Amino acid sequence: MRTLRFLLQKEFRQVFRDKNLLRQILMVPIIQLLIFPWAANYEVKNISLAIVDHDHSSYSEKFISKIFSSGYFIHSDYTSSFKDAYQLIERDKADIAIEIPQGFEKNLVRENQQKIFLAVNAINGVKAIVGTGYLASIITDYNSQIRAEWVQADRFNAAPAIEITSSNWFNPLLNYKMFMVPGILAFLVTLIGGIMCSLNIVREKEIGTIEQINVTPIRKQYFILGKLLPFWIMATFVFTLGLLISRFAYGIIPQGSIVLLYAFLSVYLFAVLGMGLLISTYSDTQQQAMSISFFFIMVFNLLSGLYTPIESMPAWAKVITDFNPLRYFIEVMRMVVLKGSSFHDVSHHFLVIFLMAVVLNTWAILNYRKTT
Amino acid sequence: MNSTVIKAEKLTKRYGDFVAANELTFDVRAGEIFGFLGANGAGKTTAMRMLCGLSVPSSGTASVAGYDVYKQTENIKRNIGYMSQKFSLYEDLTVMENIGFYAGIYGLTDKEIKEKSVQLVDQLGLHDSAKKLVRSLPLGWKQKLSFLVAIIHQPKIVFLDEPTSGVDPVARRQFWDLIYQAADTGITAFVTTHYMDESEYCHRVSIMVDGNIRALDSPANLKKHFSASSMDEVFQGLAREAKRKED
Repeated sequence: MRTLRFLLQKEFRQVFRDKNLLRQILMVPIIQLLIFPWAANYEVKNISLAIVDHDHSSYSEKFISKIFSSGYFIHSDYTSSFKDAYQLIERDKADIAIEIPQGFEKNLVRENQQKIFLAVNAINGVKAIVGTGYLASIITDYNSQIRAEWVQADRFNAAPAIEITSSNWFNPLLNYKMFMVPGILAFLVTLIGGIMCSLNIVREKEIGTIEQINVTPIRKQYFILGKLLPFWIMATFVFTLGLLISRFAYGIIPQGSIVLLYAFLSVYLFAVLGMGLLISTYSDTQQQAMSISFFFIMVFNLLSGLYTPIESMPAWAKVITDFNPLRYFIEVMRMVVLKGSSFHDVSHHFLVIFLMAVVLNTWAILNYRKTT
Repeated sequence: MNSTVIKAEKLTKRYGDFVAANELTFDVRAGEIFGFLGANGAGKTTAMRMLCGLSVPSSGTASVAGYDVYKQTENIKRNIGYMSQKFSLYEDLTVMENIGFYAGIYGLTDKEIKEKSVQLVDQLGLHDSAKKLVRSLPLGWKQKLSFLVAIIHQPKIVFLDEPTSGVDPVARRQFWDLIYQAADTGITAFVTTHYMDESEYCHRVSIMVDGNIRALDSPANLKKHFSASSMDEVFQGLAREAKRKED
């Protein structure tokens, strides 16, 4: 235990002397948490629309103004032919082209029916689907408005209608930041904990000081614990900073227990730092450690459910997410922060992360060799 | 005084087909300053790393301070000091912090650490720089400091891997004074070097060429045997046969 005291003292002295490291630990979470959530937003707005109106009637005018008043669309241009509108799509000036045929008003009034043509640029699939969805509901709405005006309501033959209304739980205003901020924070803590820890050890390898350590009777468990604890403390600090930013910049107050969050974080950090240690035992240079970490961080990030729901991933990808520690932390963050879940709800997550921590650290200690 | 502290029998290290150290057989007596000579790439560092318990031998046997290099490496580590070729103190810690750290790791008590620190700084005359980062010291001072840190726990043997490379003759002379002082307190010194003038300071020297020990005796006897006027001539005569280039 006395050895550990000297190791910790040394690490902390070095950390507090390294101004670059301190700057990173402070500035990275602040900047990322303040910028990222605004950009990571799935709400589709500003869909630009090219309009080909062959009718120029008061009905078509009403129809067009109804579309723009929804607020989701911006106006690209009026063109006289579909060919021109199509060119706008080709030049990325428009996402959707609408063609209103000649006789739009006349056919609606006389024939009671009319078709309109939509052409959608589907390169951005989400925008295409959501955009046509909006348009479809606007058209349906417009349609029923017309019917109400023109078709005499038959008192005995009222069109039976089931109206669906929904209310959103846990995030009533469907605010994407509520959803993203806890996830991004989980990702940041993983980044800082995992990468910095492995880089620190490999740096000692590069400088050669680790050889001096290896020739002392120090036990490797102590050496590793001496590396782990300082980063454990720093990552916890970053997490706290992140919670404060979520509170004051986004008004996110955890619904569940803060103690539960920190308890999970403690176990989680041992898993992530264990991974950093493991990477460092397989790397001889900081570059190697960085590229290995980068690979895992990318996979963890994209397969964590941070951006896309795990439920809609193919089966083989779901299997990978089962081994992704970040996925569990993001789930726990969202559950506890947004839903107020209790220990009982996240006990499975605790168990999995605990096992990962044990496996990764044991592996790292076994693979760390004082003798080659 | 004549007990053996290092005993190697056919100690060999292979990396694939490459034999870095080939059947080294020698012994080092307590209190001796033993010079381990050889050109770059001759296998000096490999041999030393095996004796320090940093590298597992491929075959042969060896004991250091009475402990086996295969099974008792942790016991060996408690009884040796080691100064590697690369400077290995923490540059971002001060002189005092480095001393305190290594003393603590070797299990010295707080009182001993305090005494040792004062004694070390006195010995080096580093009073003005004691609270400065090691980074800011000149190379000669750094090497003297790392030597004294390597023997802070009063080990039985200290291994020095080219401790004086890159410093001027005056600083080298001062460094050897420190080695003599340590030897006077009973520490055996095992020194690799490629400065032939330094080999004259050793009680006995061995000369390695291409992984093999080609000569082992006192400098005086070696000169007589090879009818050379200096150790440099002895070495040049042997090193000419070398086929290996730098590693």
